[in-house]
Amino acid sequence: MGLAAGGAAEQRQWPPLNNDGVHDPASPAVKLLQDPAEALSKLPPDTTGNQVRWVEALEKGSINPRTNVFPETKVTVLDLDVFLSLRGGMPIVRFPHRQHTEWLDCANCHEHLFKSKAGANKFSMFQILQGEQCGVCHGAVAFPLTECNRCHSVPHAGFDHSRQTGKQD
Amino acid sequence: MFVRRKAITKAGKLGVVLLAALGLVMDPPVAQAEYGDVVINNYSDAAGMRPVIFPHWFHRVRFRCKVCHADLGFKFKAGGNEINMVKIIDGEYCGACHNGEIAWSVENCNLCHSAKPGTPTQVHESTTQRLVSPSAPAKQ
Repeated sequence: MGLAAGGAAEQRQWPPLNNDGVHDPASPAVKLLQDPAEALSKLPPDTTGNQVRWVEALEKGSINPRTNVFPETKVTVLDLDVFLSLRGGMPIVRFPHRQHTEWLDCANCHEHLFKSKAGANKFSMFQILQGEQCGVCHGAVAFPLTECNRCHSVPHAGFDHSRQTGKQD
Repeated sequence: MFVRRKAITKAGKLGVVLLAALGLVMDPPVAQAEYGDVVINNYSDAAGMRPVIFPHWFHRVRFRCKVCHADLGFKFKAGGNEINMVKIIDGEYCGACHNGEIAWSVENCNLCHSAKPGTPTQVHESTTQRLVSPSAPAKQ
């Protein structure tokens, strides 16, 4: 289920476009477009999703994706961790703004998906699994929702509650 | 009345999660497409064209999410942008890059319109699809 890690690089396989179940093998595109394996096999390995650690790929410079095609929004990196799910049975969620703002604009999430005010959001795994809240991206293009511990990553024991910038029930 | 309807909705949501839990103990469906591939078939079938496949993996190697989802105005919703060829030729949506300057131009119809005819609009390989999809092929 993708919770295992390590040793993934050699085992990775991507279905070729002419046999991926979605492309029409009769379409001229399957001979002309890049196959996923050609691009993704060079990037830091993961065990799930695209089998690529996208954040790591960006941080290491394995990829250098453009920030603009028009001079519209600027990349505004915010280095702020928000801690959520402080009283649940699962480990505490650490939401790192930095990694998210390298890819996304503030307006992609604020204020319609999430209020900026700490504690103003009511998170629900029901909604996330249905493609709302974090599930707009996680489970569709960002790492899948089967990777529980990547978000629920901070043990309750020893957690410094003065850090709880995303205070909630 | 409102409370009652809310209760039913909640029961429905619970059903989705129970189905998801069931999916976890069953074999996952045979992998199809690449994670994040979006098929868009708002108008293609009716127009006699193959549906469009948008590969997220290919584009995010080259562009950050914000380029399309903030600057170009793509909503986070498969098929939710009501894109048509007039808008693309006018330089909106895909046409902001697929203009022969940043990427190949709109004359290359078949490079985007490349899905099996009849494929519905959806994000492929999503967590929900993998766990609960009724359309996933049965594993032999």
